[in-house]
Amino acid sequence: MADGVKPRVKAPKSAAAGESVTLKTLISHPMESGQRKDGDGNIIPRSIINRFTCDFNGQNVIDITLEPAISTNPYFEFDATIPEAGDLKFTWYDDDGSVYEDTKSVAIG
Amino acid sequence: MKFTALTAVAALLMAPAAYAEADDESLVINGDLEITTHTDAPAHLDGHLDEIYSGWHFRDDETQAMEADDFDNPAMIFVDQARDMWTTPEGSEGKSCADCHGAPEDMAAVRPVYPKWNEDAGEVRTMQMQMNDCRTNRMGADAWKTDAKDALNMEALMSSVARGQPVNVAIDGPAQSVWEQGKELYYTRTGILDLSCASCHEENYGNRIRSDHLSQGQINGFPAYRLKNAGLNGVQGRFKGCVRDTRAETFSPGSPEFIALELYVASRGNGLSVEGPSVRN
Repeated sequence: MADGVKPRVKAPKSAAAGESVTLKTLISHPMESGQRKDGDGNIIPRSIINRFTCDFNGQNVIDITLEPAISTNPYFEFDATIPEAGDLKFTWYDDDGSVYEDTKSVAIG
Repeated sequence: MKFTALTAVAALLMAPAAYAEADDESLVINGDLEITTHTDAPAHLDGHLDEIYSGWHFRDDETQAMEADDFDNPAMIFVDQARDMWTTPEGSEGKSCADCHGAPEDMAAVRPVYPKWNEDAGEVRTMQMQMNDCRTNRMGADAWKTDAKDALNMEALMSSVARGQPVNVAIDGPAQSVWEQGKELYYTRTGILDLSCASCHEENYGNRIRSDHLSQGQINGFPAYRLKNAGLNGVQGRFKGCVRDTRAETFSPGSPEFIALELYVASRGNGLSVEGPSVRN
């Protein structure tokens, strides 16, 4: 797992049933290319996020493929319709097998 | 940008005043923190500038908007990293910043008054020099290089907790001679292009150079997150870039010349709000 990885999500705490809300996500991640060497000449292993998903109560909202040219600290902003109270689950998948997760609960009201 | 077709025609017909292209929008961060990005120039700029503008005014609407919300401001990643470092003990004394200084928010009065004269050391110190004094003398840790990643992160944290307060750098008393040296440097033309800081940032702000919109060169927004290199940039590193662009041999970040220049340039922004970490192109 790369150093300094921290997922951040901005989602409303509550929404009206059926309301479309804006979700913002940002994950700090260095996107190590696998071609750099450290001070001792050893190759720093590749670590690039290749997929981002958002699920609401187990139902997929968005599924994004990230190609290797993705920038460091990628930011995604998208809208989702909230039909009922539940949990938004955000997942980032790393080339090196790491999975980074964050969850936000949304209430109806 | 409030630039209607009518004013566009007017701008073509007459030579616009130098500040014509600084827009008239206002910056509110997180919906409640009002930032003074435009105000009357401090008294020592009499005869040079009437009004001072933050570099924020000279950026595109999209770039400006990134700074209005901490979630959208990519520099906040580095502020978060500094927050973690704030409470992490380092060095032979096993102390962290928090052990002496409490919460970062308790340090809100620091950023607006730096660079500042240090009586004990008998020198003008930038915030990074003062941090290194803490690190070497109180923590027993290694000093950071000027504008090193960790130093910039910590500077960004100090700046973020001070946002909204007016820059208020002292230019009289013992700091005056250093300030005068900085002023001298500011107005000295250098390089093959024979440009001083003032050639661009005082006489031509609002115009374009190198396909970029010239600001007044205010440093109230530093450290600045630049979209071009996706990281924090320090004041003295920016000075170096500017001097290099005049095609001169530059001073080094951390040199006495750049410390003096940082004090002088900071004083040109007395009255603007601390805005860093800002977002620039």
